[in-house]
Amino acid sequence: MKARLFAFFTLLALSAPAFAVQPDEILPDAKLEQRARNISANLRCLVCQNQSIDDSDASLAKDLRLLVRERLKAGDSDPQVKEFLVARYGNFILLKPPFEWDTLLLWLSPFAILGLGAAAVFAARRKGQDAQGDKAVAPLSEEESARLKSLLGQSPDEGQA
Amino acid sequence: MIVELGHYALALAFALSIMQTVLPFWGARAHEARLMAVARPVALTQFAFVALSYAALTYAHVASDFSLANVVENSHSTKPLIYKISGVWGNHEGSMMLWVLILTLSGAAMAAFSRAIPPRLLADALSVQGLLCAAFLMFILLTSNPFARLSPAPIEGADLNPILQDPGLAIHPPLLYLGYVGFSIVFSLAAAALIGGRIDAAFARFIRPWTLAAWCFLTLGIAMGSYWAYYTLGWGGFWFWDPVENASLLPWLAGTALLHSAAVMEKREALKIWTIFLAILAFSLSLLGTFLVRSGVLTSVHAFASDPQRGLFILGILVLFIGGALFLFMMRASSLKQGGLFAPISREGALVLNNLLLTASCAAVFVGTLYPLALEAFNGDKISVGAPFFNLTFGPLIAPVLLLAPLGQLLSWKRGDLLGAAHRLFFAAVCGLAAMLVFAAINGAPVVAFIGAGVAVYLIVGAFTEIFGRIFPSGLGAPKNAFYRAKGLPLSAWGTAFAHAGLGVTLLGLAATGWGVEKIVAMKQGQTYDVGPYQLEVLGLTSEQGPNYNETLAHMSVRRDGQIVALIQPAKRFFKTRRMATTQAGIVTLNFGQIYVSIADQNESGALDARLYWKPLVSLIWVGALVMAFGGGLSLSDRRLRVGVARRAAKIPAGAQGAS
Repeated sequence: MKARLFAFFTLLALSAPAFAVQPDEILPDAKLEQRARNISANLRCLVCQNQSIDDSDASLAKDLRLLVRERLKAGDSDPQVKEFLVARYGNFILLKPPFEWDTLLLWLSPFAILGLGAAAVFAARRKGQDAQGDKAVAPLSEEESARLKSLLGQSPDEGQA
Repeated sequence: MIVELGHYALALAFALSIMQTVLPFWGARAHEARLMAVARPVALTQFAFVALSYAALTYAHVASDFSLANVVENSHSTKPLIYKISGVWGNHEGSMMLWVLILTLSGAAMAAFSRAIPPRLLADALSVQGLLCAAFLMFILLTSNPFARLSPAPIEGADLNPILQDPGLAIHPPLLYLGYVGFSIVFSLAAAALIGGRIDAAFARFIRPWTLAAWCFLTLGIAMGSYWAYYTLGWGGFWFWDPVENASLLPWLAGTALLHSAAVMEKREALKIWTIFLAILAFSLSLLGTFLVRSGVLTSVHAFASDPQRGLFILGILVLFIGGALFLFMMRASSLKQGGLFAPISREGALVLNNLLLTASCAAVFVGTLYPLALEAFNGDKISVGAPFFNLTFGPLIAPVLLLAPLGQLLSWKRGDLLGAAHRLFFAAVCGLAAMLVFAAINGAPVVAFIGAGVAVYLIVGAFTEIFGRIFPSGLGAPKNAFYRAKGLPLSAWGTAFAHAGLGVTLLGLAATGWGVEKIVAMKQGQTYDVGPYQLEVLGLTSEQGPNYNETLAHMSVRRDGQIVALIQPAKRFFKTRRMATTQAGIVTLNFGQIYVSIADQNESGALDARLYWKPLVSLIWVGALVMAFGGGLSLSDRRLRVGVARRAAKIPAGAQGAS
């Protein structure tokens, strides 16, 4: 619905008419800049709706981008930059939630549902097979086969009626 | 006066919806045919009244009647006519009106086109539909009245949010709502079937056209929204795994699963319980989307949200319908005879696998969307769930669906020949591998891009392999009668092929984003900038006046090998009333790829800050969705599967119906 765009609209409205990564932010060192881009692609712009700071044009996102670049220039490794930001803003800033006890359900439930579904399908098949197996395996008694023969002797139309 | 008439019509529609809920249901219990027959005309009249009411609201917007609060808040006398009309649904009250308009349209459509459905089932279904209409009409009348007057009336309105002043607003919401709300028909039929307690393969046939139609609209609606975001947001992102986007993806995934499980139910009378469950789920997820958008539970600055009273009301509707349907389901499911045992290697076996994977990927999106809310409510921890999470969960769950889609098409019902099917896919696999190598040689890294592109080509070729085998049963060497065989093939077979191929086309577009080129530069006039295989140059800047905005246009040329291939005009608009700026990206499509330029301001030195992109094959993402919906449309127009035809066929003696 149109509303799905509203979040971005509102943000665009709030922010100055500028956009994500601006020319003057870019570090002269291409390697360092690439690292900065990779890190910021996985950091959430805290006031946005699931946008990374790399994509967002909110002014907060810009501040965070500059912060990431500063830390990198100061010689931090990628994990160190992340740790620094998590210490400041909490896990909320990570677009990829950490795998911890309270996110266990989050990470595992899709696969658990796949597993449960597969188990249910197998169980249903087994049950069905058993039910059908009982019927199929029981051999016809002589009486039954005689009756079958006589029935088959009849014209099929009568049998259906 | 017209506005009051509209308000009154809405109240009348509410009364009619109560009638539609009670009378046919009573009639079905009392075996009173005349009471059951009331449902049909009432559903049609109810739609007519809501349409009248909607027209009155549109009239107020078009005529800029600033005595209406809704018009004052969202319109302006200088706003172009198209945005006066589409602006009706560009706000909470108006969009609820559109929602109810389509809800009653669905009820009317069901009443008009379902003569083959047994009268009791139809009566109950229309009764459930009536209850849905009643709930949402009551919601509008009590909490979100679009006809509220304002006194004294201001002289001018506050204008519509500038970013909504875009052709996308005219197309995206109606399509999406047709998809969301279209599933209400399927939901009502499922609830009615559960109430009646008799569910057979014919049920799958009753819901088939409605599911397909809703699915097509939802596909188009999501694609349109994604393209709108793509060209509006200024950096070419088209999917953000934003909760509101996910809310539209959830019913799409459930609906896709439903289409496939209904096929199994129709042909093999298996998966009955499951199909009913999916029929309930698809619309329940649509309702959930409505709740998420309007209740303010999302952790965001959200223009639609913010009124807890409304949120609580919608939550009530949600609990009533989802809870009620699930309760019915639990009561009845155990008494339904689960029919049809099937071999794992068969068309139905493949479709079960498809359903498992689609449901699990739906669960991944569901959990990813709601977990942060649940966790925060539970222990106050705030986490974010973004693209990396979905890539790691949704990705691996949906990938096998793509790989197995062509294989499923080639397996026959009851007992399939896996080796034979794999053998027939040999050509598609070779095409895919060849494409992978070619893409890797030409475009190179990243690895994901050329693997994805290879899989996409395999998916497209594989989608048509089954059809090809039926048109040329003895190979290309014997083209005799091929045209007649192609014409004689059921449209639903073509529909499946196109829908699956569309998935491949979209995947190709997605994979190719890996080869995109991005440049962030301060552009100086007279200097050229390389973007992928193209060169861009700023020719000049101009200022222009729009009806309710000023804009700065940058005129740029796009060259390839010295030749000008296109001119683009990225722009910045400034809307006077709301004092807001928007960026209008300059986009030109070249060989299915796009040059995409968005500009910011001129900096002190006179250079123009701009982002330049070359996005190869990017348009295929949305072309693929069009192809998918086209396939759905083909399948929908298959005469043999129309409900009315099925009833006529049923009258022919059983013996005359050959193998299908």
